Amino acid sequence: MSEGLYSMESKDFDKTLDLKKIKPYGDTMNDGKVQLSFTLPVPAGDEAVEAAKQLLKKMGLENPLVVYSKELTPGFTFVNCYGSCSHTVDYTTIHVPKVESQTMSMDETDKFIRENLGRKIIAVGASTGTDAHTVGIDAIMNMKGYAGHYGLERYEMFETLNMGSQVPNEEFIAKAIEMHADALLVSQTVTQKDVHIKNMTELVEMLEAEGLRDKVILVAGGPRISHELAKELGYDAGFGSNSYADDVASFLAQEMVKRKMITTNK
Amino acid sequence: MQKSKLGIDFKRVEYAKSLARKIAVDVQNFADNYTTVAVERTISRILGIDGIDENGVPLPNIIVDSLVASNTISQGIIFALGNAVIETGLSPQTIAEKVSKGEMELDKFKAHDTKELLDALKPFYEPNIIRIANRRKRREHYINTIGEGTKPYIYVIVATGNIYEDVVQAQAAARQGADVIAVIRTTGQSLLDYVPYGATTEGFGGTFATQENFRIMRKALDEVGEEIGRYIRLCNYCSGLCMPEIAIMGALEGLDVMLNDALYGILFRDINMQRTLVDQYFSRVINGYAGVIINTGEDNYLTTADAFEEGHTVLSSDLINEQLALLAGLPEDQMGLGHAFEMDPMIKNGFLYELAQAQMTREIFPDATLKYMPPTKFMTGNIFRGHIQDALFNIIGIWTHQGIQLLGMPTEAIHTPFMSDRYLSIENARYIFNNMYDIGEEMEFREGGIIRTRAAFVLEKAIALLEKITEEGLFTALEKGMFADVKRPKNGGKGLAGVSEKGSHYINPFIDMMKNRLYL
Repeated sequence: MSEGLYSMESKDFDKTLDLKKIKPYGDTMNDGKVQLSFTLPVPAGDEAVEAAKQLLKKMGLENPLVVYSKELTPGFTFVNCYGSCSHTVDYTTIHVPKVESQTMSMDETDKFIRENLGRKIIAVGASTGTDAHTVGIDAIMNMKGYAGHYGLERYEMFETLNMGSQVPNEEFIAKAIEMHADALLVSQTVTQKDVHIKNMTELVEMLEAEGLRDKVILVAGGPRISHELAKELGYDAGFGSNSYADDVASFLAQEMVKRKMITTNK
Repeated sequence: MQKSKLGIDFKRVEYAKSLARKIAVDVQNFADNYTTVAVERTISRILGIDGIDENGVPLPNIIVDSLVASNTISQGIIFALGNAVIETGLSPQTIAEKVSKGEMELDKFKAHDTKELLDALKPFYEPNIIRIANRRKRREHYINTIGEGTKPYIYVIVATGNIYEDVVQAQAAARQGADVIAVIRTTGQSLLDYVPYGATTEGFGGTFATQENFRIMRKALDEVGEEIGRYIRLCNYCSGLCMPEIAIMGALEGLDVMLNDALYGILFRDINMQRTLVDQYFSRVINGYAGVIINTGEDNYLTTADAFEEGHTVLSSDLINEQLALLAGLPEDQMGLGHAFEMDPMIKNGFLYELAQAQMTREIFPDATLKYMPPTKFMTGNIFRGHIQDALFNIIGIWTHQGIQLLGMPTEAIHTPFMSDRYLSIENARYIFNNMYDIGEEMEFREGGIIRTRAAFVLEKAIALLEKITEEGLFTALEKGMFADVKRPKNGGKGLAGVSEKGSHYINPFIDMMKNRLYL
């Protein structure tokens, strides 16, 4: 099925980069090359390959190429494919809502808090609802942190509690009240069937009912959480993959100062 | 004398095991004096009580809760039901139905002695014990006739939430080369203090463990096993608040592998330690009898604690788990003691340290069906690198003769596996297992080299930790956060209310029956 070592495809397209019309890059500007793999619920064979090609075309991929196909179990065929994307997007008009804070190092954040707030920030975190994953909240809160980014526990100017996983929202709020928390960190890893949305919304509603929502900074995190989603659900910020404790700590510090949360919630 | 490729001093291993033994005996002495609501529900099931009331509440819960309500739980369900059976002549099931309708109270019957009670109940429990024994013989017959995969067994998970969709995925995985299919439970089931009933089609991140779902999947795996000429093992999760109940359901339906680890529940599910250690004992007795391989969850320690720094905690916990299992009559070849490939992939020579840990674990537990867990913590969403991380993990699996290789998926940390993810992972493992088949016999480790030094270091650190735990006891060690950096109070966590000290009439005849391998 291979086309040979060298691509003999003619490249009679404009090869200059235009940020108003960008498309994927393989090895030549604007070649549009995309690789993808998927499974079709049909037996292996020429028909399966043809079906995959037609699907690629419908996805806007020209010159569709199925380089590998394999029947995983009777009636299901896996394919690896390539194609050239015919669509473009205008990069110059893109606007993604982001957490608006400057990420500082641990020492800088501690110094910033000491100078601008003059007291420790009290943060309570948990993986709430039925979610049993602690990876996310541990990465942000535990002393050791993750990938060389120390967790909030190591910060001098943070007083923290990591409640772990499967913490009901009621318990989470009760603990926040008990500790006079300034910041609540909610981690959500399991997102099947949008279970996280329901759980995150419930927390906001419960905080509002308790009259606490405005008194705390509410932050969500997890691999499928975006800042946009978090804002939509009534959170102050959302941290997705590739965010670390320093991102969260910097945001909390700057937001506390912005809101002039000098006195504690005692 | 066993020869070590790592130059391990087996006198030190023996010493480590003697320490672990002391710790385990201490726990056992505690567990022997207590029962729990889960243990009593399990006994109810052995006596044939099953089904739910019109509100969906399982009858074993109703009848055991009635003992809690009448403050007679400490005497146990055998005492209550035995007296009721003798006095009414009804079956335990009919009695449970009457209790559920409020037509009968169990504490109103005349007390009989132990022999009378057991004689009266024998017609009800005996068929179920024999059924478990037959399930075990059936598995052995399958393995002797159609055969099984070679070790390491290839273990993959299915987790669609719908048992019927799980069947499609599981059969596909078996055809691709899987030896063990684990049906991941719906998130949160470990915290339910009852076992749901019937076939289920809705779950989050997994499928409810129910006896009917067990039966459906067992049948599907037997079908595909006969088709491909290889017995396919079925795995589920006998952990959480219903530990022994899931064990008995699995035993009745012919499950082969069960996650079964109190320490895991304590640390990662915040289940009360007294509750779950009592539950664990009975569940391991059942699993031992049923020929089920238990899997322990030490690998999880490394998802919160650092794998390089905390390797010795995994070994210490494996040693304790081994002794706890032996006390429950569970033989070594049914011990899937857990460990994992979880070091930061950026560590220089990380592979060598992983190899040292895996080889050391192999040599310290030579007869165990070790369960080796794949990288999860440092899987990033870069599926291409992830596939290589899994390949390195597979190399160690075949090299060090692991028992069960829980395959990593390139899409770990993204979604529950697609059918194609499973295929890619199985292909990866089979390629490596075949291509490097005898590497373990060919390679030796240099004296004074990185690998030998690391193994000796971890063993000594584990011994130091065990010495400390021996002084303080396991409960205190858990309170101090010696495992996984997680601290748990002895009287905290979920399920403590379900623990009772055994009363003067208390009996659980099944522990001796099963440990003595009656009917086998």
